[in-house]
Amino acid sequence: MFMNEEQTTDYAIKLDIFEGPLDLLLYLIKKNEIDIYNIPVALITEQYLQYLKMIKSLNLDLAGEYLVMASTLIHIKSRMLLPEPEEPEEEEEDPRAELVRQLLEYKAFKEAAANLSQRPILERDVFTRAAFLPEEIEKLPPGEEELIEVSIFELIEAFHRLVTRIDRKELLEIDLEKMSVTDIINDILERLSNEKNLTFEELLGERKERWRVIYTFLALLELIKLKMVKAYQTSAFGVIRIFPAVES
Amino acid sequence: MENIKAIIEALILASEVPVVLEKICLVLPEIEKTQIKETLDNLMAEYNERAGGICLQEVAGGYQFRTRPELGHWVKKLKGTKPASLSLAAMETLAIVAYRQPVVKSEIESIRGVDVSYLLKGLLEKKLVRIVGRKDVPGKPIIYGTTKKFLEVFNLKDLSELPTLRELKELNEPQETSEELSGS
Repeated sequence: MFMNEEQTTDYAIKLDIFEGPLDLLLYLIKKNEIDIYNIPVALITEQYLQYLKMIKSLNLDLAGEYLVMASTLIHIKSRMLLPEPEEPEEEEEDPRAELVRQLLEYKAFKEAAANLSQRPILERDVFTRAAFLPEEIEKLPPGEEELIEVSIFELIEAFHRLVTRIDRKELLEIDLEKMSVTDIINDILERLSNEKNLTFEELLGERKERWRVIYTFLALLELIKLKMVKAYQTSAFGVIRIFPAVES
Repeated sequence: MENIKAIIEALILASEVPVVLEKICLVLPEIEKTQIKETLDNLMAEYNERAGGICLQEVAGGYQFRTRPELGHWVKKLKGTKPASLSLAAMETLAIVAYRQPVVKSEIESIRGVDVSYLLKGLLEKKLVRIVGRKDVPGKPIIYGTTKKFLEVFNLKDLSELPTLRELKELNEPQETSEELSGS
């Protein structure tokens, strides 16, 4: 109860800045000017629980981790209350030790993150000559070039580029044609069996309606997931080519 | 042969990415590697002395011309763009990956005390963090590490240029080092 008066003022502002239970604890330690190696657990636990109450009363979503920490604190507090054995058989560890270790470690990384943010960051503090990124690198015959397996993010980027390009051409579109992803999957597999490989654009052919682009992309993701096809490119930002996976 | 320094300067300017020493050596096969390195050092010193708008920087294992950090806000005015900055939580997660790599998600979470799935996804999308492999333990968790782009963005020559973690030294914990992992 003794810290209630000074407590009430800074709740609301500080709440959203905590990154997690450890961050909240570090804040409380700093605020109370406590020695991190000698934390008064009763005091800190009480303040910590008050914060949790605050968060709840504001109807904010409380991450489960906060509750786990609360129980850890209460556990430590109860262990601290136990009388020390008369003759300690073996050196018993301070119940706070693990928590202190965790706090110090987290604090170190918090500082490391702050240091990183203060470095001359590209596009914020320092700039290079604008890199020339060709929209599409020339089509290279596959086979001779080293192939890089395409990551899902690159695939999504390629999809995004295509959709934005298409959207420029057709803004309004009403389509009643009905086709399912399964149909497109079968279509892709059939065409891949005839040709060795296809680019994403070739897969679409001339019919670049928005729904078809999306369905083709979904079909492609499904096929990649099922390991029935593989997506490769020859270089970063290169054309993505789809190859049939060799069946065993 | 023309002035080697001038050639090297031209190569660095003309490159879109930081130029590695080996690449310069390929262009100038008749020049000793040590001489090229020396010339690069001279060139860097020259740009430093001149204290102009351009710095010759060692980043991500190569050499690149960059604007002087103090002039950042002028260049930003020209570009009119606001860089997408990382949240505090994302920076913390990135710092943990940078210092602890190769690292799995559960290790990051035990340090931060909260779930980091969402943050890791964001860092992967920004290509600051990459998947290095899978740890050979039950569940085969994904191992994360930083990318070359991370070095470029944070103006780092290599990972060893990261400042050492201060407080971790004090801990002196034997379990500090996790098992060595293959694959980098």
